[in-house]
Amino acid sequence: MTAIEGQQLIPFATTLEPGTSRDNKTGSWRNLRPEYVQNLPPCNDSCPAGENIQAWLSHVQRGDFHGAWQEIVKNNPLPATMGRVCYHPCQSGCNRKMTDGSVQINATEKYIGDRALEQGWQFEPPEKPTGNRVLVIGGGPGGLSAAYHLRRAGHTVTIFEGMPALGGMLRYGIPSYRLPREILDAEIDRILAMGIEVRTNTRVHDIKQVMRSEGFHAVFTAVGNWLPNRVDVVSKAKTPVLDGIDVLRKVETGEDHGMKGSVVVWGGGNTAVDVARVALRVTGERPKLILRRDMEHMRAHPEEVQDALDEGVQFFNLHTIHEVRDGEVVLERMQADDRGRPFPTGRYVTVAAGSVVMALGQSAELGVMEKMGITQSGDWEVPVSPGMMTSVPGIFAGGDMVPSIRTVTAAIGHGKKAARNIDLWLNDQPVSERRERTIATFERMNTAYYPDVETNHRPKFEAGERIYDFREVKGGLTEQQAIQEAQRCMSCGNCMECDNCYGFCPDNAIIKLGAGEGFKIDYDYCKGCGICATECPLGALDMVMETI
Amino acid sequence: MQSQILHFPAKEAMIIGQQTGDRTISNRLADTADSLQGAAERSNALDSGHRACQGCGEALGARHAIDTALDTTDGELVVVNATGCLEVFSTPYPQSAWRTPWIHSLFGNAAAVASGVAQSFRIQGKENVRVIAQGGDGGTTDIGMGCLSGMFERNEDVLYICYNNEAYMNTGVQRSSQTPGAARTATTMPVGEHPGNRFGTGKSVPKIAMAHGIPYVATANIANPRDLEAKVRKAMSIRGARYIEVFVPCPLGWGTASCDTIKVARQALNCGLTPLYEAEYGEITAVNKIAPSETVGAYLKSQRRFAHVFKRGNEHQLEAIQAIADANIRAFDLVESK
Ligand SMILES: Cc1cc2nc3c(=O)[nH]c(=O)nc-3n(C[C@H](O)[C@H](O)[C@H](O)COP(=O)(O)OP(=O)(O)OC[C@H]3O[C@@H](n4cnc5c(N)ncnc54)[C@H](O)[C@@H]3O)c2cc1C
Ligand SMILES: Cc1ncc(C[n+]2csc(CCOP(=O)(O)OP(=O)(O)O)c2C)c(N)n1
Ligand code: SF4
Ligand code: SF4
Ligand SMILES: [Mg+2]
Repeated sequence: MTAIEGQQLIPFATTLEPGTSRDNKTGSWRNLRPEYVQNLPPCNDSCPAGENIQAWLSHVQRGDFHGAWQEIVKNNPLPATMGRVCYHPCQSGCNRKMTDGSVQINATEKYIGDRALEQGWQFEPPEKPTGNRVLVIGGGPGGLSAAYHLRRAGHTVTIFEGMPALGGMLRYGIPSYRLPREILDAEIDRILAMGIEVRTNTRVHDIKQVMRSEGFHAVFTAVGNWLPNRVDVVSKAKTPVLDGIDVLRKVETGEDHGMKGSVVVWGGGNTAVDVARVALRVTGERPKLILRRDMEHMRAHPEEVQDALDEGVQFFNLHTIHEVRDGEVVLERMQADDRGRPFPTGRYVTVAAGSVVMALGQSAELGVMEKMGITQSGDWEVPVSPGMMTSVPGIFAGGDMVPSIRTVTAAIGHGKKAARNIDLWLNDQPVSERRERTIATFERMNTAYYPDVETNHRPKFEAGERIYDFREVKGGLTEQQAIQEAQRCMSCGNCMECDNCYGFCPDNAIIKLGAGEGFKIDYDYCKGCGICATECPLGALDMVMETI
Repeated sequence: MQSQILHFPAKEAMIIGQQTGDRTISNRLADTADSLQGAAERSNALDSGHRACQGCGEALGARHAIDTALDTTDGELVVVNATGCLEVFSTPYPQSAWRTPWIHSLFGNAAAVASGVAQSFRIQGKENVRVIAQGGDGGTTDIGMGCLSGMFERNEDVLYICYNNEAYMNTGVQRSSQTPGAARTATTMPVGEHPGNRFGTGKSVPKIAMAHGIPYVATANIANPRDLEAKVRKAMSIRGARYIEVFVPCPLGWGTASCDTIKVARQALNCGLTPLYEAEYGEITAVNKIAPSETVGAYLKSQRRFAHVFKRGNEHQLEAIQAIADANIRAFDLVESK
C-alpha cells in the first residue's frame, strides 16, 4: 500500500487499522463477580485454645519449625504438652477426614513442641511493663495460660498455687506415661522465665484480702475440679474404697496410694481409664474397669480406651458396683436401651477385688467464690460472661471451674481469652465483639486437587513392653514425617497461591501480584464464568451477584 | 535440527506428596515444578477482550497451547487458524486478540496453508520460525481431513492442534465426526428410538495420524494443564508433522454451567472416555493412568446434551457409553494397578 499526501490507502472493506481486543471490555457481560475471601479453616474453628493451625502448618510445610513454634505460642504456650495430652478436636474438624484421613495436627504439634525444648527457644519478656499487677489463682493449664498471656501484654503477674508444684491436673492427674514430667517442667519454666512470680504451697482462701494486702488490680481464677464425686455404695468390708484423683495424685507425689491386688475401678471417663492403667503399672495385676454403659457410649477417648484394652485392662461394660465385700465386689448387670441408656437387670456377678477406686468425676471446690458472693453453696460451676468475667468486676475465671468441656485446651483458651479481657478491663476498654466468620467447609473445597497421601502416625511401645513402668507410651514423628503431615494440609479457605484461578481463567482476567501478595481480578475483562471459584482447591473465591 | 525428547516436571513423582502435588497450576512448595500458566510473565497469546462465551474451554486450551509454543520458540511463531469459534471470537474485524503473527485460512485448509508457510520459511532459511496450525474438530477432522492427511503424509514441519469440542459450535452446534453417541446437537435431536447422535459413527483422528507414521501424536485435556504444556513442549522440540488433539468442553454446545468447564473435562478424563496418550512414529509411547473408580454417570449428568440418556427407556444408551469407556480402559490399560 502506498501513502498519498499523508493518507494511508488500504483496500476497500479493510478501512480500519487492526486494533486490540482489549478495546472490548467483556466485563460488561458479567452478572456474577468473583471475589477473594478468607474463610476460617475448620481445624482453627475447633481448637478451643484458638490456635491458627493452618498458619503454623504452613511454616512446617517449608521446614520452618521456629516460625511454626512462634505461630503456635501466640495462642498456646504449652505445645509439647498439648502435643501429648490434647484430645485434638482440631483433627475431628479437619476437612481431610473426609478424604484420606485428618492431618495429624497433634503429632505435628508435639514435634514442634519437642524441637523448641531441644533448641531452647524462649519467650521474649515484655517490652513495656504496664504497672498493673494481676493475681492468678491456680497454676494449672488455665492459670499458666492466663499468666503467660498477661505477661506478654506487659502486666506484672503472680501465681498463687496450693500444691507444691505448678501444673494442676497436668501434674497431679494425667499420668507420666502420657506426659513426662521433664517436658511439663521445661514448658512451665519457660513461661516463668518471662518474669512471673510464683508462690507454691499457697492456697488462697480470701481473694479480697489477698488483693487488698498485695495491691492486685485484677484476678484470674482457675482452681479446677478437685473434689471427687462419690456414690453411696454398700460396704461393710475392709477392702479400701479410694478416690481416683487422690490415687493419681499420690502416685505422683510418692505418697501411699492404697491400691493393692486386682484393682476394681468404677467409672467410664478418662480419669477411670488413667486410674486403671496406673493401677496396672503399680500393682502388676490386671485391673477391672466397671462402666455402666456399653463401650460405644463410653465417655473416655477412644484411643485411651484402646490403649487400656491392649494393656490388658478388663472392661466390665454394662455393669455397676452393687456391694463391696472383703476381697471382692458384687456387680449388677445392666441392660442398654436403643439410645444406650443403661437399666438395672437384677442379675449379679462377683469378682475379686484388692481395692476399689471410684472415678466418677470431680467438681469444683468453690469456697473462694462463695466468699465473694459469686457462687452459693451447692453450686458446682462459676458462671462467667463471654469475656470470662465473674459477677464481680475485675474477678475473672476459667478452666474446669466454669461451664465448659473441661479439657486442657479449653483451659488454655480460657486463660488466653481472660488475659485479653483483663487487659481491656484494666484499660477501661469494652469487650471486643466476636467477629462471625464463614467456615471453610468441605463442601467449599475442590479436593480433586489433592492426591491421596498416607497418614503418618506416631509409633507406640508394644503393650507388653510398656506396662512395667511409666515410660512414655507414644513416640514422635520424625522431621520428615512432620513435614509430610503438614504438607497434607489443604489450606482450607485461604489462598495458597496454587495459581489455579490465574491459570484457568479463559479471559486472563486474574492478575498475579507476586509471591505472598495473592491475586486481583481485572473486572474490565472478567465475564463472570466462575471457573476460578470452582477450580480453587480451597474455596477462596465467592461468586457474588452483580448489582446494576 | 535434532529432535530431542525433553524431560518435564509434569512427569515427576517427587512432588506428589506435597499438598497438591502436580495437580494444580503451580505448587508453591515445589517451585521447580511450576507450569508456564502460573508464571506472571506468560505471554497471554490470546488476549483479554476476546468474545468467547463465558467459560469457553477452547479459548483456554488455545492460550495454554500457544503460550507454551511461544515460550519454546522465543516468540518466533506463526499461527494459522481454520474457521471456527476460535477464529471468530478472537478476530472480529478490525480487532484481534492474538499477540503473535496469526493468519486465518479457510474452514478446511489450515493444514495446507500452514504447510505453505512452513515451506516458505524453510526456503528463506528461517528455520527458527515455527508454524502451528489450529482449528476446531469440524475444521480439522471433517472438512479439513484431506489437507491434514497431506500435511502428515509429506511430514511437513507443522504442529497441528485440534481443539475438540465435539461439534460445529460456531454455526450453532451441528454434529461432527467427533460428536459422541447419544449427544444432542442441532442435527441430532433427542427424538425417536435412538435419541441424539447415533452410536457406531465417528473416527479417531489421533489414530489416523498415527497411521501416517508421523513423529509425534498426542491427546490432551484442558483439565490437565501441566500435561498439555508438557506435550506442546515436546511437540515443539521435534521437527516434522505433529498432531495434538485437546479436549475442550463447550458450555453452550454441551449445556454445562460456565463454571464447570474444567470439572466436566476432568470427569471425562477420570471415567476413561478421553484417554490421554502419546505416540511417536506410529507407536504409543505413554499413557496417563487414571484412578479406578469413576463411571460415566457423573460426566454425562453435568451436561444437558445427554439429559435424555437418564430418561426411562434409554438405559441402553448409558450402557453403550459406559461400554466405550470400558473399552478404552482395556485398550489403553488406563487403570493404575494398585
Ligand atoms: C486423670 C485426668 C486425666 C485427664 N486427662 C486429660 C487429657 O488427656 N487431656 C485433656 O485435655 N484433659 C484431661 N483432663 C482434664 C484436664 O486435666 C483439665 O481439664 C485441666 O487440667 C483443667 O485445667 P484448670 O487450670 O482449670 O485446672 P487444674 O488443672 O485442675 O488446676 C487447678 C490448680 O489450681 C490449684 N488450686 C485449687 N484451688 C486453689 C486455691 N484456693 N488457691 C491456690 N491454688 C488452688 C490446684 O492445686 C491446681 O494446681 C484430665 C483430667 C484428669 C483428672
Ligand atoms: C467451507 C465452509 N463451510 C462452512 C462454513 C461455516 N462454518 C464456520 S465455522 C463452522 C463450524 C466450525 O466447527 P469446528 O471446526 O468444530 O469449530 P468450533 O466452532 O466448534 O470451535 C462452520 C460450519 C465455512 N466457514 N466454510
Ligand atoms: S486440611 Fe489443614 S486447614 Fe484444612 S482443616 Fe485440616 S489442618 Fe485445617
Ligand atoms: S475465571 Fe476469569 S472470567 Fe471466569 S469468573 Fe473467574 S476471573 Fe471471571
Ligand atoms: Mg467444534
